[in-house]
This record gives sequence, structure tokens and C-alpha cells, in this order.
Amino acid sequence: MDIHEYQAKELLAGYGVPIQPGAVAYSADQAAFVASELGGWHWAVKAQIHSGARGKAGGIKLCTTYHEVQEAAKGLLGTRLVTGQTGPEGKLVQRVYVEVAQKFERELYFGIVLDRKAERVRIIASAHGGMEIEEIAREAPQAILQIVVEPAVGLQPFQARELAFGLGLNIKQVSRAVTAFLGCYRAFRDLDASMLEINPLVVTRDDRIIALDAKMSFDDNALFRHPNVSEMRDHSQEDPREAEAAQDNLNYVGLEGDIGCIINGAGLAMATMDTIKYAGGEPANFLDVGGGASPERIAKAFKLVLSDKNVRTVLVNIFAGINRCDWVAQGVIKAVHEIGIDVPLVVRLAGTNEAEGRRIIADSGLPIIAADTLADAAERAVAAARAGAVR
Amino acid sequence: MSILIDEKTRVIVQGFTGDKASFHAREMIAYGTCVVGGVTPGKGGQTHLERPVFNTVKDAVRATGATASIAFVPPAFAADSLMEAADAGLELVCIITDGIPAQDMMRVKRYLLRYPRERRTLVVGPNCAGIISAGKAMLGIMPGHIYRRGNVGIVSRSGTLGYEAAAQMNALGIGQSTSVGIGGDPINGSSFLDHLKLFEQDPQTEAVVMIGEIGGPQEAEAAQWVKENMSKPVIGYVAGLTAPKGRRMGHAGAIISTAGDSAAEKAEIMRSFGLTVAPSASQLGATVAGVLARLPGRRQTA
Repeated sequence: MDIHEYQAKELLAGYGVPIQPGAVAYSADQAAFVASELGGWHWAVKAQIHSGARGKAGGIKLCTTYHEVQEAAKGLLGTRLVTGQTGPEGKLVQRVYVEVAQKFERELYFGIVLDRKAERVRIIASAHGGMEIEEIAREAPQAILQIVVEPAVGLQPFQARELAFGLGLNIKQVSRAVTAFLGCYRAFRDLDASMLEINPLVVTRDDRIIALDAKMSFDDNALFRHPNVSEMRDHSQEDPREAEAAQDNLNYVGLEGDIGCIINGAGLAMATMDTIKYAGGEPANFLDVGGGASPERIAKAFKLVLSDKNVRTVLVNIFAGINRCDWVAQGVIKAVHEIGIDVPLVVRLAGTNEAEGRRIIADSGLPIIAADTLADAAERAVAAARAGAVR
Repeated sequence: MSILIDEKTRVIVQGFTGDKASFHAREMIAYGTCVVGGVTPGKGGQTHLERPVFNTVKDAVRATGATASIAFVPPAFAADSLMEAADAGLELVCIITDGIPAQDMMRVKRYLLRYPRERRTLVVGPNCAGIISAGKAMLGIMPGHIYRRGNVGIVSRSGTLGYEAAAQMNALGIGQSTSVGIGGDPINGSSFLDHLKLFEQDPQTEAVVMIGEIGGPQEAEAAQWVKENMSKPVIGYVAGLTAPKGRRMGHAGAIISTAGDSAAEKAEIMRSFGLTVAPSASQLGATVAGVLARLPGRRQTA
């Protein structure tokens, strides 16, 4: 789960990471008011969306008067901001963060990730802040400093110090950077984050270290023990269909194609999509209905898949393990009757009670295209999608 | 032979008395697995499925001589149950649970390192379908009847895609020695590599199918090891060619986040290390058959 910059900063401030004074605003008037409350002469008005690269996309405006703050907020709120990371549809700006602007001498990069290879937490830092880490890796790979943290003891001060000296900081700056690094690590560990990025982490003329931006993502599997983080979820930043699917414990990811997919198991779902592509078609979605594909879940899956107007054919591929094919077949028939499906439907059932399931489909009298194998199912779905009319 | 388990392996069930655990324990017993008891804290001394229940894994091991366990424990308590199993000296623990926090698994893996290699517990999973040695024993939640005794090993992240591979092989008369699901989480108890090493040592296994997914470096590491150390042919497949970057595809670990994570890149790495890569999931069985046909002096499928 992702959160906004202002939320990440609020969390990090609680762990002693230095940030600039700032506050969130939901309207232009509130933004101007916030600026007056914060005081100062320069403010940054920052669009709050779940994406990086906001600056380049015009999502961060520097202002010198309350009126400018108000205008900047007005210009951002309600628009869809398109950055290099959001895709062409962009993300809706519903909140802005107004922050006291800060002059700085240097921009650094600091990040923490779960390293799947080391099976440890890895800390990454670079003296080349303000660029994306991929860019740094391309242009200055030798300038990337890394530390793998031993999970039994956590990040040690000497490691944080090594990083700070490695970034070329002076002794005054080093002690402040160490506080910031250790604070970031504690926040990452305590809150079960999966990613934390401070870019840029700036050094001011008077030797202060400030997190000027902050990005955090969290391990969905650990949200149950962090209700305070869980509450920060902003549904407006998520695909509405995915959010709806998640409420029904279905895993859905929308794609660009026209063959809707209803499959049990994440691996089989991906493999079925690949087989559609191999057969010359394009999948419209990823959807894993899970192990216990009850008739209710199958019906919900159909509704979800058909809510995508690009879908011209639906392919159901169930390999029943704990499930029984006859039960899945009944679920499919019930869903067809309830929802009224107006596109061709290809069904492939395999596994437990396979013959019985196939018989139920054949005897239903519904125009369901039965398939025996994965290859057969994909080919029939591609053929049906090509023949099918645009909805 | 087979790897990890056979009909003689003495198995306990952690979280024994829960509904899911009871259902699957019955299935495992019916398949022929030697389930000798189970553990549910607070229910020690009771009898469940005609087998003794213990309060701790240590008690269960002492009384039954179990060497393996399967854990059906909710995510919040799963890491604890794995460390308990390791401390009780079990050789193998299979953890089915989906939804364990990644940092918990990091701690578990760190904890396992406190034991010398020869006494270290092998963890299979989490978020997996388990292990089955066809016709011998089952430590998992898969439909046992879809597997046939034979000479091809399967190691897969995904459960249902592993079933699909077995079904395609059966249709061509090719049976399986053991099928292992390593699970779809970012941090697994054991890797493709761990199981390839075991398959290489197993006289029953003639070839291995390795079914990967987008995300993580494991498939590439395993492929390199195959090139350098493995005498038996390995057939590879990586699911997720059509997966967009940065999106989680169901499994917590199935996400393309860095270079080398995508299905196309992984398949290319497998090919460059000499693996035979199935062009599509629908061609898994046919690809295995093709590889077996080229094996010199191969025995008939048992």
C-alpha cells in the first residue's frame, strides 16, 4: 500500500527525521490559510498523488505570496496529474501539501528497500539526489552506497556514520544525518514498510539535514498490525475496479486487451494470460478468484470483468484442487443466469470432478464454449474475441 | 526414491485442530501420508483424527519421532510456528499460510541460520500448495489424484500452475517423482535452487520442470547453478509475460520492480544457461516430452 508524501512525513517526523513545517489542504482557501499559519515568505505547494516525478510534471509550485499559494492550489486541485510513473490517465489531485520552502546547498538520495536476493533490508544512498535512482544507477553507479542490515540487530550507528561520511558530509552534518538515517530505518522496521525513499534529502547552508520529499510503501501482509498506517489508504489513488475487487478478496489488475479472464491461482492466471497472447490475443485483466471459488465469488468475478467495456469475450479457466469442477460449473451457470452475459464465454474446467463439471456445462443449454486444455481455451477465446461485436 | 518426503516420513500437523488443517490432514492421511499427530497449544492430551495432540512441537517430536511438519497457522503467528519447528529439530516444515509479513520471514530465515547446516530445518513455502511425492505421500493442499508416479520433478512458485504442468504431463504418459511448491511470497523458506540440488541427487528423477514467475532473482540464480552443476535436464517456464511493470499480480512476490524481474528477461536467462524453455504454459507437457525423448537410454515411465 502506498501513502502520500505528507503522511510519510508525519510518520517519519515521529521517528526524529527532520522535515520542514507544512500542512495538508483540501481547498485553495485552506491552502492560503495554511501558508499564513506556517509563516515565512516562500512556500512549496505540492500535489499529493501516489507517484514520484511530480516536480517535472508541474505538480510542485514555488510561491512567494498567500495569493500565489491560493492560485497554485486552485490550479492543482481537481486536475489529473500525469507523471512519468502514473500512465497516460494520470492521478487525481484531491489534496495539496503546503510546506515552508527551504534553500539548500546539496541534494542527496536515501532509500530503504526489501532486498529479495539478500533476504535482508538494504539501504541505498547517493550524493546525486534529485534524480530518480534508476537514473543515478545508469549515470553514476559508482556513487551509490549500500548497506545490508542484519535483521537480528538492525541498523547500527557505525553503518549510518559510514554512509554519512561516504556522502561527503562534514562532521556537524554527519551527526544529524545519522539521526535521520537511524530514524528512517526504525520507521521502516517498526511499521513494516516495503519501500522508503527520501529524494531529495537536502543539506542546508547552516548544516541542517532535511527530508524534502518522502515516499513510503507498506507490506500489505503486515497492515493488520498497523491500523494507523492502514487508515492512511486513499482509495481515490487506486483503480476503482481493483479497490472493489479487493473488498471481495479478489485480486484484479486491469489491462488493455479484450479477453476477460477469470482464473484460480495467481500463477495459472498469469500463465493463462500469456497463453492468450501466445494464441494471438490480448488479455483484458488479471483476476485470481482464489482457492474456494464459490458461486458468489464467481458471480462477483463476472460482474467485475464485464464492467470493463473493452471486454469482448470471457475466459474462465479453473483447475480445481480443493474445489470441485461440478460446483464451479454450477457457479458459472448461476452467474450467467443472474447477470446476463452478452459476450461469448469460454469455460475450461480441469481437476477434481472434471467430467461431471463438463457435463453440467454441456447440459445447461447455455451458449458456453467448452474447452479441454489450456491451449484449446486460449485459442477459442481469441477466435471468439475476433468474431465478437464491439459492445 | 523421491525428494523431501515418502510414505515413511513421519509427519505432524501444526495448528492440527483447526478446520482447514483437519480437512487437509484427512486428505493427506487418505493419500497414504504417515501423519503421526499434531500440535495445538492448549489442546495437548486430546485426540484428533485418531491421533495425539500436543501443546508444543518439542513434545510432539519427542513422543512421535516426527521429522516433518505441515503448518496451517494464521499469518500473525506463522513465523513463531516456523521457529518453534526449527528449534524442535524437524528436518522439514511446509508452511501453507498466505499473508505472512515479509519482515517476519526475514526474521525466520535469520533464526534458521543459528543451526549448523546439517541440523538446519528446510522450510518450504509460505503461500504454497505444498509437496507431493506421487503415490507415496502428500504434505500439502493439492488434489493428490492428479499426480502419477514417474521420473520428472516439478518445482513451482504457483500451486495451480504446478497442477496444470502435472496434468499436461499425465496426458502424455509422463509421471512425476516429487512436486514442490515454493510459494509466491517475496521471501521463501527455500528456493528453486535448494530443490534442484535435491532433485539432482534423487535417482528416481530424470528431469526437472522449474516453473517461475515475474519478480525476484531466484530463477536466474537457479538457472546459473543448473548450467554449472546439474547433470539432469531442466525445463523452464516463467509466468507473467503480459504482466505490467510495478503491479502486483496476485502473489505478494509477483511484481516487476527492477531489471531482470520480467518474464521475458528470466526466460532469456534460462535459455542462456542451457535450459529448455517452454514457449507457452500450454506447451509445458509437450516440452517435457521433447526433452525426455532426447535423453539417452532412458527408462520407461514407472
